[in-house]
Amino acid sequence: MSIFSMTKTLCKSILHGPYTVQYPLKPKEKYERTRGRIEIEINDCIFCGMCSRRCPTGAITINKPNQTWSIERLSCIQCNYCGEVCPKKCLHMANEYTTPSYDKVRDEYARVSDNQENN
Amino acid sequence: MGKRTIIPFGPQHPVLPEPIHLDLVLDDETVVEAIPQIGYIHRGLEKLVEKKDYQQYTYVAERICGICSFMHGMGYCMAVEEIMNVEIPERAKFLRTIWAELSRLHSHLLWLGLLADAFGFESLFMHSWRLRESILDIFEETTGGRVIFSVCDIGGVRKDISNETLQKIAAIMDRMEKETKEIADVFLNDSSVKLRTKGVGVLTKQQAFDLGAVGPMAKASGLSHDMRTTGYAAYCKLNFQPITATEGDSYARTVVRIGEVFQSYDLIKQAIALIPEGDIKVKVTGNPNGESFMRGEQPRGEVLYYVKANGTKFLDRVRVRTPTFANLPALLETLKGCSLSDVPILILTIDPCISCTER
Amino acid sequence: MDQSVRVITSGELLGESLTLKNKGYRLVAISCTNKDGMELTYSFNKDYELVNLRVITDTTEEISSISFIYSYAFLYENEIKELFGVNIVNMAMDFKEKFYRISATTPFKTEKEEN
Repeated sequence: MSIFSMTKTLCKSILHGPYTVQYPLKPKEKYERTRGRIEIEINDCIFCGMCSRRCPTGAITINKPNQTWSIERLSCIQCNYCGEVCPKKCLHMANEYTTPSYDKVRDEYARVSDNQENN
Repeated sequence: MGKRTIIPFGPQHPVLPEPIHLDLVLDDETVVEAIPQIGYIHRGLEKLVEKKDYQQYTYVAERICGICSFMHGMGYCMAVEEIMNVEIPERAKFLRTIWAELSRLHSHLLWLGLLADAFGFESLFMHSWRLRESILDIFEETTGGRVIFSVCDIGGVRKDISNETLQKIAAIMDRMEKETKEIADVFLNDSSVKLRTKGVGVLTKQQAFDLGAVGPMAKASGLSHDMRTTGYAAYCKLNFQPITATEGDSYARTVVRIGEVFQSYDLIKQAIALIPEGDIKVKVTGNPNGESFMRGEQPRGEVLYYVKANGTKFLDRVRVRTPTFANLPALLETLKGCSLSDVPILILTIDPCISCTER
Repeated sequence: MDQSVRVITSGELLGESLTLKNKGYRLVAISCTNKDGMELTYSFNKDYELVNLRVITDTTEEISSISFIYSYAFLYENEIKELFGVNIVNMAMDFKEKFYRISATTPFKTEKEEN
């Protein structure tokens, strides 16, 4: 029966300092595989609709006559199923996650035939 | 014959990780009977099979529970692979085993912290969870997420682990084994822990068999029943024995879980030494047709998956029987005759995961 | 892992479960599927072998509960009665359809149009 068995661990932790990351003073390090928001290269997209059919939550909508691709940011679960089935490989996953917001946010990307920039 | 009162042990309680309601019938501070009531987080996940096809359902199956999330995904994928007669590559089996044993480690360390918090030993709670953080960092580095991995798929796994990362994981396991020995020493030898757990909630071997207890709850009473010995995934190539104890009280269950933590460190190092090269995924086409039963071993006990398919891309039925559902009658039996202050400890010793129970 | 499925009638259910209990089997789970009638599947286990008994019925026939043989079967039977509407009688602890307290009654009972 020992009474003060925790003293060794407690002394070590006093001398070590804080074990946690001092966020937000220091940024949290990310690994290269950390999942985040979905980004699209809109000029490579052929609007086949595979990503919108496979999405488990139905977050992606495609409008072929208008040539737009839109995603509902708060419904996306960052699983990357769309990125795997895309035939042109124009979807990839960035490292930061979706920014928080109050309302539902729908991001729309349109393909413009004259210039080469995203919307 | 004292005075009979009924006290609700409500869905909100500081010691419970998830909501469950018990009506305790008391006889002057001794519990006579307990009547359970669940259903606070029933989400109807089994009805979603009508709307999501069988490949999208992998993502739903992982989100049944946060603590045992990888094992739910793995169990569902193994059941569907058995219906479709798909043989996954060897490297995928070893990778699934490594992630499954890491899940078991993080679940047991979480439970040890909650048990220390239940009797007010806050510094031990914080140190157990500090050890768990190293494992969550390994998950983020290899799969991309800390809690929900989305890495298991029908036909194999979606991401590979390189050999340097595997050697780094083996080195982390060695370091953590030394640090866990200090914490385990406090759990097993400190006098305040022993006074709260020895002799509390005794379940004999015959009672454990008659009530259908599974997992560490049954192992602490002497029933040696571990589904990993049947050899699914890569367990047929690893060398281990199930850990049992004989007294059947809460102290014995703590001893069994700490033993499983050290056993998992050893199993991960064995798997890293034996992993072969090769593919990680096999392409799967067509629709499943047939039914299968698949049993696995989650950190809390034996889990059963029943999947029935009919040839279209939507499944007929997915049924999950989780270990906490099987341990509830054993909980109701151990509560009879204990005093009111022991009730939180007893509820925590079955390791309740109510979101698994209610899906 | 060895598994087997055997179809029996609802009258033979009590006799078969008592035989299995005397041989040392434990009850693992009771599952229910709504396809061509209600299929109740009782799964028993001993030494890592799985034996399944299947009873095909509908929602009007009375199925006797096995909770006096296996005392913990009442949890599974209450859930099946509430979600599927199968008529199980003589349960050891009967919650009278207030186990989960969901707002829809027997959600799995309606026929699915997609098969």
